[in-house]
Amino acid sequence: MASSTRVTFPNKFLPYLLLAPQLAITAIFFYWPASQAIQQSVLREDPFGLSTQFVGLGNFKRVLNDPNYLNSLQVTVIFSIATALIAMAFALLLAVMADKVIRGKGVYRTLLIWPYAVAPAIAGMLWLFLFNPSMGTLAYLLRSTGYNWDPLLNSDQAMLLVVAAASWKQISYNFLFFVAGLQAIPKSLIEAAAIDGAGEMKRFWTIVFPLLAPTTFFLLVVNTVYAFFDTFGIIHAVTGGGPGKATETLVYKVYNDGFVNLILGDSAAQSVILMVIVIAMTAVQFRYVERKVHYG
Amino acid sequence: MTVHGTKLTVALGILLASSTASFAVTEISWWHAMPGANGEVVQELTKEFNESQSEYKVVPVFKGTYPEALNAGIAAFRAKQAPDILQVFDAGTGVMMGAEGAIKPVADILSMGETKFDKSLYLPGIVSYYSKPDGTMLSFPYNSSSPILYYNKDIFKKAGLDENTPPKTWPEVWEAAKKIKTSGAANCGYTTAWLTWIHTENYAAWNDITWGSNENGIGGVDVELKINSPLFVKHFQELADLAKDGTFRYGGRTSEAKQLFTSGECGIYNDSSGGLGDIIKSGMNYGTGQLPYEPEAKNAPQNTIPGGASLWVFAGKSDEQYKGVAAFFNFLSKTEIQSKLHQVSGYLPVTLAAYEATKKSGFYEKNPAREIPIKQMMGKAPTENSKGVRLVNLPQVRDIQNEEYENMLAGKQTAQQALDNAVERGNAAIKQAIGQ
Repeated sequence: MASSTRVTFPNKFLPYLLLAPQLAITAIFFYWPASQAIQQSVLREDPFGLSTQFVGLGNFKRVLNDPNYLNSLQVTVIFSIATALIAMAFALLLAVMADKVIRGKGVYRTLLIWPYAVAPAIAGMLWLFLFNPSMGTLAYLLRSTGYNWDPLLNSDQAMLLVVAAASWKQISYNFLFFVAGLQAIPKSLIEAAAIDGAGEMKRFWTIVFPLLAPTTFFLLVVNTVYAFFDTFGIIHAVTGGGPGKATETLVYKVYNDGFVNLILGDSAAQSVILMVIVIAMTAVQFRYVERKVHYG
Repeated sequence: MTVHGTKLTVALGILLASSTASFAVTEISWWHAMPGANGEVVQELTKEFNESQSEYKVVPVFKGTYPEALNAGIAAFRAKQAPDILQVFDAGTGVMMGAEGAIKPVADILSMGETKFDKSLYLPGIVSYYSKPDGTMLSFPYNSSSPILYYNKDIFKKAGLDENTPPKTWPEVWEAAKKIKTSGAANCGYTTAWLTWIHTENYAAWNDITWGSNENGIGGVDVELKINSPLFVKHFQELADLAKDGTFRYGGRTSEAKQLFTSGECGIYNDSSGGLGDIIKSGMNYGTGQLPYEPEAKNAPQNTIPGGASLWVFAGKSDEQYKGVAAFFNFLSKTEIQSKLHQVSGYLPVTLAAYEATKKSGFYEKNPAREIPIKQMMGKAPTENSKGVRLVNLPQVRDIQNEEYENMLAGKQTAQQALDNAVERGNAAIKQAIGQ
């Protein structure tokens, strides 16, 4: 049935022509930089690129033997899990609540989606203005209650601050998808369960949550990738990777080694490792996790 | 409007190119890292230069913090889009010196201008810092500074301290800071910018103790750090102890702590003399003093070392552009410009004539703060511990120190452990950077 109604192009070249812009973008913005990173990762070069030496896998060896790299891996795992969980849990809660609103649904939704329009660096600055121990409004209140709020030195507080900023920014995005997911769930199912005497919690966990699984799975992938890669601006603005190396994620370390410390070989090797991690993560997620997802 | 103007100029330039030779304005790009009050000075200076002649136009572009400006410059060089002039901070000096093919020595450029370059006109302590071991001046010292002490006179009064006597030594600073805290005159007694530049590099020079081997890197690139010797350990342990009850508050790795001082949160503050502009702008009742020293150090106070930044010129530009750069640098060296720059910003004058002129005008009697850094730097002939600090990867080594200091201030390690780690990690990083 499907194959007989499939649209086919009479012209052989037209499909390639239509694909060309996307392919060009992928080639220029993905394959080209990626190949440059791979090339750089086997070289040793001075910051200005005046002398270059081939070192094979030397950079990789050094990076993987560096205890700071393993620390940064650990920081990334903690940061990503915390950010993804918090951002998704809050978004789901807000979506379920907003779904119940009868009057002014549109207004609620619009207001909840707003933070998504804020650029990561700006989001970071907003949180910094609130919680920076020298000038933050809320930090001042916290300190005046006698609580020693000092994310400049306390690593747990610093981590808390970047996780809060990163998840706050992502909640809107997740909210949008959860709202859409909730709308797709047939009301009749929920009503039938209600008639059978299932309470609200029961209805949520046995009907709504399983039916939302495709959305949740999609968001899990998106949020993990977000926490891994798109949070650079927030970390840069809020903690700069500190105190010590407490909030230095893998991406931040690539930046720090490459752009601040000017060790281009090590930095490129790290970004190649990062590339491998992401490819592996995505493959695993789609291969094993997707199977368990109920697509209704 | 401006677009039209530029188009018109270009059109006219093309039109007249055949008849009158160099009519078109040569643009000189200058990437800098001066925010706030100091950024306004950059704007004023370039405007004044552009209006003073019609051949060249200097276009300043703000590129963020010092490290960001350096990285932007390097990235642009690799992409063959380098600016003509790049402002590089003290710690980046070694990085730039290591890139001989990428830069053009300022001494060569200044000889291309209408006036001949005479090194003896410039302050010797500053010039030697920006010169190769053979004496060739590589970059133009635009804004040189030295760390000094600032204190809040109102808080001093409230705490029962003498508002006209700033503490001179570290024990006196700690004493005053404790008094400020316990008397409730302010929430915190002491804060500081730059634990690396002030409390490590200048601390070593001012107390005449060794920061690193090979004359702190001035004599050669192969350096072993010595910052875990007893005096450093004592100083940092004191900071760590004072941090426990909030007598000392940490504000950040560069000059973020300035806010803790200008907001009245902390009573005493160490920062670059170049930080003066913002402190004046805040309108607070402040006093200044010399950088404190250790009374137990034999030769203290010795002399402080220059910080701040200098202007580097990239290689591979046209002669016309180099002539423009030379004209601009000669303009900056003029006595009246240097005097103004010095008096407005708190940075040091780079020429001796500007220093003498400012002195004669009676400026220092009304503004003693401006003379402190000059006296600190020129008071004594430098020893091998106090000529300066230079590493090909000083920004990285400073970051390593910052990480260890932060872990120390958070109570995770003692000063001895922090400094031992900083030495060990720093030495490994230096070895890697010089390719050993």
